[in-house]
Amino acid sequence: MQIMKFIKSLAYPSEMLPPIVEEESHFDPETEHSAAKLGMWLFLATELLLFGGLFAAYAIFRAKYPTMFAEGSASLDVVLGTVNTVILIFSSWTVAVAVSAIQENKIKLVQVMLWITIICAAIFGINKYFEYSYKLSNGITPGTDIFYSIYFAATGVHMLHVFIGMAVLGVILKKTYEGRYSKENFTAIEIGGLYWHLVDLIWIYLFPLLYLVG
Amino acid sequence: MASSNPYKTYLNIWLLLMFLTFITVYVAQFDFGTLNVPIALLVASIKAGVVALYFMHLKYEDSMTWIFATYPLFLLFLLIAFSATDIFTRVAN
Amino acid sequence: MSHSHSFDKHYLEDGKGFKSWFFTHDHKRLGVMYLWAIGIFFVLAAIASFLIRFEHLSPGQTIVSAQTYNVLFTLHGAVMVFLFIVPGVAASFGNFLIPLMIGARDVIFPKLNLYSFWIYCAGSLILLLSLAAPVDTGWTFYTPYSIDTGTNVILVTFGVFVLGFSSILTGINFIVSMHKLRAPGLTWDRLPLFCWAAYATSLLQVLATPVVGITLLLLIGERYFGLGFFDPAKGGDPVLFQHFFWFYSHPAVYIMILPAMGIISEVIPVFSRKPIFGYKAIAYSSLAIALISFLVWGHHMFTSGQSKLINIIFSVITFAVAVPTAIKVFNWLWTMYKGSVELSTAMLYSLAFIFLFTIGGLTGLFLGALAADIHLHDTYFVVAHMHYVMIGGTVFGLFSAIHFWYPKMWGKMFDEFKAKIAFTLIFIGFNVVFFPQFILGTQGMPRRYFNYAPEFESLHQLSTYGTWILGVGFILMLYTLFKPVGVADSNPYRSVSLEWSMPSPPPTLNFEEIPTVTTSTYDYGTKVEQEA
Ligand code: HEM
Ligand SMILES: [Cu+2]
Repeated sequence: MQIMKFIKSLAYPSEMLPPIVEEESHFDPETEHSAAKLGMWLFLATELLLFGGLFAAYAIFRAKYPTMFAEGSASLDVVLGTVNTVILIFSSWTVAVAVSAIQENKIKLVQVMLWITIICAAIFGINKYFEYSYKLSNGITPGTDIFYSIYFAATGVHMLHVFIGMAVLGVILKKTYEGRYSKENFTAIEIGGLYWHLVDLIWIYLFPLLYLVG
Repeated sequence: MASSNPYKTYLNIWLLLMFLTFITVYVAQFDFGTLNVPIALLVASIKAGVVALYFMHLKYEDSMTWIFATYPLFLLFLLIAFSATDIFTRVAN
Repeated sequence: MSHSHSFDKHYLEDGKGFKSWFFTHDHKRLGVMYLWAIGIFFVLAAIASFLIRFEHLSPGQTIVSAQTYNVLFTLHGAVMVFLFIVPGVAASFGNFLIPLMIGARDVIFPKLNLYSFWIYCAGSLILLLSLAAPVDTGWTFYTPYSIDTGTNVILVTFGVFVLGFSSILTGINFIVSMHKLRAPGLTWDRLPLFCWAAYATSLLQVLATPVVGITLLLLIGERYFGLGFFDPAKGGDPVLFQHFFWFYSHPAVYIMILPAMGIISEVIPVFSRKPIFGYKAIAYSSLAIALISFLVWGHHMFTSGQSKLINIIFSVITFAVAVPTAIKVFNWLWTMYKGSVELSTAMLYSLAFIFLFTIGGLTGLFLGALAADIHLHDTYFVVAHMHYVMIGGTVFGLFSAIHFWYPKMWGKMFDEFKAKIAFTLIFIGFNVVFFPQFILGTQGMPRRYFNYAPEFESLHQLSTYGTWILGVGFILMLYTLFKPVGVADSNPYRSVSLEWSMPSPPPTLNFEEIPTVTTSTYDYGTKVEQEA
C-alpha cells in the first residue's frame, strides 16, 4: 500500500513538493501555508543556482570565443524562439490567474487556466522538438562546439523543468476535479504556480542570451 | 491578493511583458557593440523582476523570502566573477 | 499514528517491524536511521582505509595491486565524504534534536523528511552499485581524467547527484522548521547553539549543493553527449570544472564541521556547569562561516594553473574565514575556565575535538598560504590536515553526540569506564596514524601514491600501526554502546535545554503541550537550574 503510494508519488512529483497538507497535521494551517511558501522559495533558490552553473559557463565562454557565439547564435531560429517566449509568458499569466481564482473559489476558472497552461507547455515542447531535430539533422550536436554545448545543455535542462512543471500542474489539475482545493486550501496551487513561474524566469534570460545577442 | 482586482493587474503585467519581449527582439536587430549584452540583460531583468513581483507575489512576501530570493543572485555573481577573474588573467602567468 | 497514544508510548516502542520504521514520519526515528546508515558507511570506508594503510606497510606491492589501490582510495574518499560525513551529524542528530530543541512535534514537512531519507538510500545504492566496476578518479572526479577514464564515472556521479537532492531537501526542512516552529518565547537569541549551527549548515546545503549538481550533470553530459565545457580538446577548460566543484566543496567542508561545532557548544557548558561564554559570538560566527565560505574555494586550486591574481585573492580571503572559527574555540575555552569541569566520555570527545581541530585548522592555514601550499599541495601533509579536521573534528564531535544524547535516544546508560578506555585508544590511535603524515608530507611524500621511496618506510609503518590501535578503539566503543548498563532517567546530566525536559526516550509526538520558553538555554549555576 505504502509502496504503491511512493511509486505514485514518483510518477506525480507534485506530491513530493513541500505543500503536503497532511491528513492529520501537527501544525495549524496558517503556519503550514506560509511555511510551504518559504520552503518553495528556498527550493527556487537552489534551482536558480543549478542554472547558475550554466549561466557562468555561458559568460566565460562567450567572453572567450565571441565569434563562435555570434555565429552560433545567428544559426538559431529567432522566430521559433520568440514564439516560445510568448507562449511561456502567456502560460505564466494563466497560472497567476489560477492562483487568484482559487482564492475566490472559482474552480471552473482555475481548471480552464491550468488546462491552457499545460497546453502551452506542450506546444513549447513540440517547438523545441522541431528545433532540436532540425539541428541534429544538419549534423549539429552538443559536441559541435562550445556554443552548441551551452545551447543544448541549457535548453535541455530547461526543457526538463518544463516537463516537471507540466507534471506538477497536471496532478494539481486532476485534483481540482476531485474537489481537493478551495478558498481554504490552495497552497498546492500556489506553490505549483511558483515553480512554473521559475521555469518562465529562466527562459526570459535564456532566450535573449542564446537567440538574440550574437 | 492585496490588490482589489488582481485579474486586471495580471492583464496589465502581461501586456507589459509582451511589450518588453517585442523590445528585446526589435532592438536585437541593431548592433550596439559591447552594449548588446547589457541591454539584453537589462530588459530581461526588468521582465524577470515584474514576473517575480507580481505573478509570484514577491511584492507581498516578508523580508525572509526576499533574502532567500535575492541571495542566490549574489552567489551566482561570485561564481562568475571569481572564475572569470581566473580565466581572463591567466595569460599573465 | 493517532494522537491518543502518541504521548504515553515512547518513540522506539510506538510501532514495531520494518515498515513502522521505513515509512515513519517521526523525525526521531529518521534521525536514528540516518545514524545507523552513516555508521555502516563509516565502518565500510574505514575498512577500505585500513587496507590502504596495510598496503603501505612496505614499499612496492604489499597486499593489493596499484589499480586496486586507486579504487580503494576513491571508494574510501567518496563513501566517507558523500555517504558518511556530508549527511553525517546534520541528518542524524539534526533530525533527532532540532524539533526537540525548538519545542515542536516534528519538523515542518515530515513527509518530505521521509522522502529525503529515501532519496539518500537510493543515492547510496547507486553509488555503491559502482562497486561492481569501481571508479579510479578520486572523490573529486577531476576532468579531463574523469572524461577519459574507462571506469564507471557516470554511475558514481549520478549517485552523488541524487544524494545532493536529499541534502537540499533536508536543508530546506530544517531552515523552515526553525523559522516557523519555534515554541512561544524561544526567540532567536535563546535558540540552542546546535540549532544555529544546523541552520548555517542547512543554508550551505541549500545554496551550494545545486552548483555541484549541475557540474556533475555536465560531467555526465561530457561523457554521454560529448559536451565540451571541461574538455580542452574541444576548447573547454578543465580548471573550470575545479572552480565549479570547489564552489560547492569548500562550503561542504563546513557542512561537515559546523554541526559538530554545534554539538561541542552544547556539551561544553553542561559539563562545565557554566553558561556558554559569548553566546552571540558563537551563534553569529556560524552564520558568518556560512557566508564567507563561499569566497575562498580557490585555495584548493593554487597549483591548478589558475591565474596568479586569483591565487592571491583567494589566499588572502582564506585567512578571513579562520576568524569566526577562532572565535568559537576561544569561547569554548572561556566557558570551561573556572567551571567545575566533569570529564565524562562526551566531554572527553569534545575536549579532544577542540585540541585536534585546532591542529587541523592551523595546518589548514599553512595550506591556505599560497607560498606554503605550492610545496605541500598533494602531499601527505594535506591528507593529515584533512583527517585532523574530519576525524579530529567531525568524527570526534559525532562520537561526543552519540555518548551525550545516548540516554535520551535509547533511554539507557552505557558503561562510562569502558567508553573512556575506548576514547583513549581512539585518541592515541588517531594521532599515531596521522601525525607522522604531517612529517611525511613536509618531506615530500605525495598523496594518492601506491608506492613510496624506501626512506619513508618507518613513518609509513608507524602510521599503519596506528590504524590497528584505532581499530581496537572503534570496536571497544561499539561494544560499549551495544551493551547498555541500566535505565536512564529524563535528565542524567542535569542539562537545562528543552530536550532534557521530556522523558527518555521521548514520546512519538514529543510535547503533549507545546512548552513556553522563558529563559536562555544555558542557565547553569543560576536560579533556574536550582529550581530544575
Ligand atoms: C577511519 C579512519 C581513517 C583512516 C585510517 C583514513 C586513512 C586514509 C588514507 C590512508 C587515505 C589515502 C591517502 C592517499 O593515498 O593519498 C585517505 C584518504 C582520504 N580520506 Fe581517509 N581515513 C580515515 C577516515 C576518514 C574520514 C572520517 C573521512 C571523512 C570525510 C576521510 C576522508 C578521506 C578523503 C576525502 C581522502 C582522499 C581520497 C582521495 O584522495 O580521493 N577519511 N584516508
Ligand atoms: Cu577549502
